[in-house]
Parts: sequence; structure tokens; C-alpha cells
Amino acid sequence: MSVAVAMPAETAAIIPRRGQFLRSMPTKAKIGGAILALFVLIAIIGPAIAPYDPSATNPNAFAAAGPSAAHLFGTTTTGQDVLSQLLVGLGSSVLLGVLTATIATFLSVSIGVTAGFLGGVADEGLSLLMNVFVVLPALPLLIVLLGYLPHSGDLATAIVLSALGWSWGARVIRAQTLTLRSRDFIAAARETGERTWRIVVFEILPNEVSLIAANFVGTFLYAILTSVALAFIGVANFSTWNLGTMLFWAQSANAFSIGAWWWYVPPGLTAALLGMSLVLLNFGLDELGNPRLRDASGRRRRRSPAGLWRAAFAWLAAPHRPHPRWTGRAWRPTDPTPVERAERLA
Amino acid sequence: MMRRLGFYVVAAWVALTINFLIPHVLPGTPVEAMLAQHPQLTASAVKALQLQFGIGHQGSLLHQYGVYLDHLFHGNLGVSTSAYPATVASVLNNTMPWTIALVGTATIISFVLGTLLGILAGWRRGGRFDQLLPVFTFLQATPYFFLALIAIQLFANDWRLFPGYGGASLGVNIGFNGPFISSAISHGILPAATIIVTSMAGWMLQMRNVMITTIGEDYVLAAEAKGLSTRRVMFTYAARNAILPNIAGFALAIGFVVAGALVMEIVFSYPGVGYELYNAVTQDDFPVMQGIFLAISACVLLACLLADVIYVLADPRTRRRAAF
Amino acid sequence: MIPGSVNEAAPDRALDERKPVLEIRDLSIVYRAGNADVKAVDHVDLSLAPGETVGLAGESGSGKSTLALGATRLLRPPAVITGGSVIYRGGRVAPEGVEILDQNSKQLRKLRWREISIVFQSAMNALNPVLRIRDQLGDVLDAHLDLGREEKRERLVMLLDLVGIPRERLRSYPHELSGGMRQRVMIAMALAVDPEVVIMDEPTTALDVVVQREILAQVVELQQRLHFAVLFITHDLSLLLEIADRIAIMYAGRLLEVGTSDQIHNRPAHPYTRGLLESFPSVHGARIELAGIPGSPPDLRSLPPGCPFVPRCRHAGDRCRDIDMRPLPVAGSGGSHLSACPFVTADTPGMEGRRGRATPAVAVAPQERQS
Repeated sequence: MSVAVAMPAETAAIIPRRGQFLRSMPTKAKIGGAILALFVLIAIIGPAIAPYDPSATNPNAFAAAGPSAAHLFGTTTTGQDVLSQLLVGLGSSVLLGVLTATIATFLSVSIGVTAGFLGGVADEGLSLLMNVFVVLPALPLLIVLLGYLPHSGDLATAIVLSALGWSWGARVIRAQTLTLRSRDFIAAARETGERTWRIVVFEILPNEVSLIAANFVGTFLYAILTSVALAFIGVANFSTWNLGTMLFWAQSANAFSIGAWWWYVPPGLTAALLGMSLVLLNFGLDELGNPRLRDASGRRRRRSPAGLWRAAFAWLAAPHRPHPRWTGRAWRPTDPTPVERAERLA
Repeated sequence: MMRRLGFYVVAAWVALTINFLIPHVLPGTPVEAMLAQHPQLTASAVKALQLQFGIGHQGSLLHQYGVYLDHLFHGNLGVSTSAYPATVASVLNNTMPWTIALVGTATIISFVLGTLLGILAGWRRGGRFDQLLPVFTFLQATPYFFLALIAIQLFANDWRLFPGYGGASLGVNIGFNGPFISSAISHGILPAATIIVTSMAGWMLQMRNVMITTIGEDYVLAAEAKGLSTRRVMFTYAARNAILPNIAGFALAIGFVVAGALVMEIVFSYPGVGYELYNAVTQDDFPVMQGIFLAISACVLLACLLADVIYVLADPRTRRRAAF
Repeated sequence: MIPGSVNEAAPDRALDERKPVLEIRDLSIVYRAGNADVKAVDHVDLSLAPGETVGLAGESGSGKSTLALGATRLLRPPAVITGGSVIYRGGRVAPEGVEILDQNSKQLRKLRWREISIVFQSAMNALNPVLRIRDQLGDVLDAHLDLGREEKRERLVMLLDLVGIPRERLRSYPHELSGGMRQRVMIAMALAVDPEVVIMDEPTTALDVVVQREILAQVVELQQRLHFAVLFITHDLSLLLEIADRIAIMYAGRLLEVGTSDQIHNRPAHPYTRGLLESFPSVHGARIELAGIPGSPPDLRSLPPGCPFVPRCRHAGDRCRDIDMRPLPVAGSGGSHLSACPFVTADTPGMEGRRGRATPAVAVAPQERQS
């Protein structure tokens, strides 16, 4: 192992111990997590607190009206309350996202682990399948597929989205499984006759928890963005409200050329923020799973589901201690080692 | 290398087959919907549609598959119902060049810019650049079309700098002439800029991450120890290695780029494949929808293949030489 | 004669043979992690005379690599040099001596490689995987020398010849070479612009024994020809006993003992050194039971006061906590042999070891050693 990397073997001792490790979690992950939690909360209670029925039109309305006391986010051209649509729509989008993420993650993990663990012909075949699906352009295919199923509900849409979204995560999981499979402790488990499924569930999966979590978050993001895009194109279930359908109606009523920003900015911004929170969260999970941050002795860390939960909340609660800054401007790779001394030798 | 080529052949075959199977397998029967929308279709057109979608007794599935493939290799993708009697192929012919021009240039520019920025950001980690990171993260997560809507509002409507829709001004003859090209460019700037701004953020962040890892490698330290100039260490030792995973990632990212571009075209009413797709959806023009899927798949596969080739050329470890 | 080599320039350089070419005085390096500082190197003195081979031995975590890389200011944050001086005296650019710790990066760039070069441990990692050998060897020539195309080509060929690699390999990539060849390329690269000092950081640890031998023999031979000084870092004391003129032993960031090979081998003055000597078998001499050193290296974050070796030392006592760890001259050595343990000498009971005054592990031809 190289010595000159910032964390050389000699100073393995200084890699933070478990308690400190959580505290040195990057701020962005915490922010992402917080925003996401907020959105989920709104999504759950949204329909209950919406001031109006989002589909209720006002026959007296002739144009979209801007924000006012009665309508915090203004109205559409048919007098519907934008805020209510947003609150209800957020819930629908989030639900779709969670459904898709769950199904797709399940698919990714099962296929990825199977391919990585079994190896050989099974791996080749599954890898081929994975790669083909990764490369096929999802959106056009989704449009075609959903076009044939125009009145599909959230579940059906989620299934279709998952069918095209699992491959990316499966590749990542497979790669990690391959690495784990060749590690000694797996060989040991096999030697002692532990059954395959037990090995997979109790030895391999716990070491991939952060990857699986990142996969979930990533697919959630994909689902949100894609469903909004699809709805915007006009391929969606228009019997319920979601962020994408809001934008669709805004677009078809030429909201942006008439300057009715209150109609399209809220759903768009919400989608963007939701997406951003997921991306931030993903970054944080990336660094969590980065082997460089692990214990230098290479001991595998068992992360029980309970442990991960505790970790998740510890993030949000603990204060963030920033990395030490160096004298002067930030250090760049070709800068020499800084020298700080109290007195100088002649 | 042959393996990769074989892979792309398989992927193309899968795309073709899925395209074929969808109408035959899915429960929806769009033909009625199409006929309802377009009662002007002639009898032969209706028969062609039925053939394409397997309505009625056309023979075994395999037989129909054979016919489908045969048509495909002769360039026959069917007839558009909404633009009848135009064929799908002609529709594609009219719209693909616009899309390729826009998406092609925008992608290349954003890749180059994003990579360069990523190199700098990775090199100057902890410096002023890092303060911009949240901005880039936000940009990367923003759905393309949202930015597009804002761009239109600001640049086209409020400030009237660029046209907000269309590919070129009406009344200009299409062709390689001055007025057309300048008009096309001015119409293309907003869509291209939107694509560039959002996808550049993604490339930059990725490049930065890989760059940071690469800077920790021993050979970069060795390059420093050798007393080489900063520029050489940064580019020839660090960046040259860091860019490899990004080229590999290019193939994976193409899917997202395409999706974003499609939506972008709709927002801007840009006469490319995406806009055409939007029209086809609203008019239940399934032959066009499927034709577009095939065309896009072909382009994506080609782009991925190209990226693979470039990767092999760039990373000497992938080339098999006779060992001494 | 190699054109432009150190050897050829020897008559031009008025080197005061008593003055060391690299003098590290009182160097301290810490790693700043959060609020705790870890002392990786603690007040270490070490010097290198022109043409001399000094070995630096110690377990992992002893600070030996940190010392060498810190002296050339190649360490990265969170490492900080907190005290001391590193003076380089090379006839070509700085006969009066230049303080490395005061140089800015432009000045350092001139010193690097041309005056002090490094051979890294793992050649596979230290060579740029996407550049051909000729480009990697060539860019250091471009950076430091002003050669025409023909001259550059000649020099490249000469460098490979120097280490016994066929010249066709200039066109190869690192992954196409064997491990031993790669390490040889690293050595050729280190010698490319004729440095005064070559730091070798565990250059043969990753290789098998046979290749190790060849490479070491090559290094010794090159040193005789080109007269550069070598700081050889390794955990393998037996190696140093053969090729080094003087040996320094480090532990937990501190220098425990410094002396000539003979002194270290025959009259070790520190219990740790004695322990190290007991840890490898001898090819000649009686078969003995390997003792090793009980315990493990300390956690640098929580070192006890006084001597860090106390937990593992059979001679330890309460008095050991109060010493200040400066190596002191051993009686009768004329100042050339220093030890950080003031209580134990080579004659203390328990320090004589089991093989007595044996010869080094593997015999090395006398002419390969510099006097």
C-alpha cells in the first residue's frame, strides 16, 4: 500500500474510530436526507391539508390568476388551485417513486447477486441481459410501452418503469458481489458447508447494504424524473394528479408564453429539489460505502438493518466537524508538504 | 473487440424483437384507436397496419416476425397514420438530422467542458471551486425541461434574445445556405445551451470524483517527485488516467442524455425526433412511435460502440499485444 | 563513461567530503487528524555522506517512509512538518547547502529528481499505465535537461542498458513488463538525470527473492559506477546488513539506533535492534530458534511517555519513562554509533543474542561493498 496517500498504512491508527466516523459524514448527505424527509412528510399529509380539491374548476375563471390570499400558488386557467394540485401531486409522484424503487431494487439485487455469486454461464447470460437493458434507450421504449397501456395505475406504471430501470443497479451490485465472493470469509463459509442461500443473505448482503441503499435512492430519482418527463409528454395516467401532469397541462395551456409562472414553477421546482435531495443523499451514501473510508485493517463491517437506521438518524442529529484547513489557500497536488514551525533553525 | 461488436449486434436484435413483440403481445389494441382517429386511411393502409400489428390471421408469430424483419431490412418501417400517406421512414428522414445536429453538438460540447471543469475542480480540491459544487449538484439533478422552461421564459419571452420555438424561421428554405444556417443556429442556441448546462454538471462532478481518486495514486506522486511541471502532472498523469472511467460511463449516460433531449425538443417545439414523438403520442400514431424507438436505439447503440472504440484506443491495457 | 554522469563531473565538483550531502536535523512530522496530532516522525537526525549507502530499518508504522518523503516534501495533507531542517548539499547546485524546508515549489522542482530521486515500492503503481516507457523516462529528461532529439534517444537507450533491459522495451507499456523489469525501469528512471541522492523506498519488497538479489546487485554496481548516495528504506534488516554502510533503526517515529553495519550487527546497543537481529535466520552458523519481538507496534495516537518500546522490551523499567529519546553516543565508538537507550549496551546481559558474533546472513563479495 502506498505511503504517500493521505491515509498511509503507518497512520492507520488515525482513521476515525466508529463513533467519530459518523460525525465526519459530509454535510451534503445530511442536507439531502433532510430535504427528502421533508418532502416525504408533505407527500404523506399533503392530500389532508390541501385547501381545495385539485380538480375543482371555477366556472367563473377566464384566465390563470397569480398568487393571492385565497390561492397561495395561484390558479390555472380553469380556476384550479395550484397549491392543492401540488400537494396531492407530490404524494402521487413520491408514491410512484417509492414503488418503482422498491421493485427495481428487488430486481437489481436478486439478479445482480445471482450473477455475481454464481459466475460462469449464468453470470455471462445475466450480464448480457443487464448490459442490453442498460444500453437500450429507456424513454422512447417507455413511451411505446405505456402508450399501449393507457389506463395503467400507479402500480402498473411502476412495474414498467422498474422493468427498464433495474439494469443499472444490477451491474453495480454484481460487481460488488464478485469482489466479495473472492474474499476469504466467503471461502471459509463455503468450506464449513454453509448453505448457499445463507451465505448470500447473511454474509454478502450485509456488506452491500450501502450499495443497495444507494441503488434505491438512485432508482427513486430515475422514477421521479422519468415519470415527470413521461407525463409531460402526455404519456401518463391523467386521472390522478402528479407533478408531471401539472406540467403537461401547463404546457398545453401555454402557461409559459402567457407568463403564468406560478403554474409551472412550483411543480418543476419541487421536482428539481426532490431530485437534488436524492442526488445529495446518494453522494453521502457513496462516501459511506467507499472502501477508503473503511477500517484500514480490512475487517468487514457488519451493518445490521438496525445499525443502519441508527446511523441514518445519527447523521441528522450530530454536529458536523469540518476537515482541518491548511494555512493559506487550499492545498493542490503539486504543492510541497507544508512546514509550520515555531522558530526557524538558522 | 469482436466481443463488444457481438454485444451490440445482440442488443440491436433485442431492440428489434421487442419492437416487434410489443404490439403482438400487449393487450391493448391500438389499431381501433388509430382507425378512429384517422378515418381517412385507405383499405390498403389499414391492411398494412393490421399486418404490422398482427391483427387478424396473418400466419404464425414466427412468420410475421420474418415479414417484419424483411420489411425492416428494406427500410420499410410502416406508414404514419397521422401524417398519412407519409411513410415512417420519410418522417424520420425529416426529423433525425435536426435532432442529431442538436444533441450531437450539445453532448460533445458538454462532455468537453464538463471534463475540463472536472479536472480543475478535482485538482483544486478544497479551493473556491468547491463552493460551486452545490450549484452543480443542483443543476445535475434538475430535470432538463424545467431549466428549458425557465430559459424560454427569460431569454425568449422576457428578454427576446433568442427564438423560443422552432428549428428555423418559417419562410427560409432548408438547405446549405447562409440564411438557413444562421437561422438554424439561432434557433438552436437555447435548446443546446439548456442541454449543455445540465449535462455538463454531471460530467464535471463525475470527472472531479475520479480525478480526486487518481490524484491519490502513486504514479501522480512519482510525477511530482520527478519535478515535472504542474501542467504535465495534472494532464498527462492524472487527467489522462482519470478520463478513462468517464469514457466508459459515457455509454451508460447516453440514455439519460437522449431522454432529456427528447423532452427538450418538446418544450422548444424543435422539429426533431422528440417533438415528432410527442405529436405521435397525442395522435396515437403507433407506427411512428415504434419507428422512432428503433431509430433512437440505433443511434444510441452506435454512440456506445463509438465510445467503446475510443476507450480501447485510450487505455493501452485493453489492447492485447503479443507478450515478449 | 556515461556522458554527463556524476562520475565524469566528479573532478569539477569541489565537494567537501566531510559534509553530508543530505542532512536531516531534528525533523518532526505530524499528521493532523481532527483535533489530535499524530507524531509520525519525532525529532529525527540523519545524514547521508556523498556516495554513502544508509539503510533505514523499522516495522510498518515506524515512520521511515514518512521521514524520507517528508524530507523531500512529498507528503500530502494531513501531514505537516513541524520542526527541524533538511539541508541538501549537492556540488552541482548547492555546494554550500540549501534548506529544503524553505524552498517554494518552483525551487523544489529544480531539486527534485535532478538532485534527489526516489524509487518507489510498487513499480506497477508508480508507473503511469497509459504512457510508454520511453515517454515516462523521457519526460524527466525534458524537464531537467536540454537535450536534442538524438541525444535524448541515446540517453534513453543508455539508461535501459544500464539496468539490463532490452532497448525495444522503450515502446512498451508498463503492464507489458514483468515485475522485475518494472522495478529496473524505476531504477533507470531514478538515475536518468544523475542525482546525488537516491531514496529507495522498499524497492524489492514486492518481488520474489531471486529477482530481489539481482536488483540489489545491480543497485550496488550502479552505485559504484555513478557514486550516488542511497537512502535505503526497508523492514528487512538482513538486507541492509549486506549493502548498507550505515544503518538507522526507527520505531514509532523515533530513531532508536544509528551505526555502521558492523556495529549494528556485532554490537547492537538497543534492545529493539537486538530483537530485529533475532528475527531472521542465518544461512551460515548454527541453527537457532527464531525469537522475534513479542507484542505489536504501538498506536501512535496514544504513546506512553518516554521510550515507546517499553511495552515490548525485556530490559524495561520505570526509569525508561523519563528519558528524552535523543540518541546518545555509544562508548568506544568515537561518535559513529548512537543509541537512544541510555541504560543498555551491547555487553548488558541479555543483549548478546544467540548466535554470537556471526557473519551476515548471505555472503556478499567484498568488492561489492564500498569502504
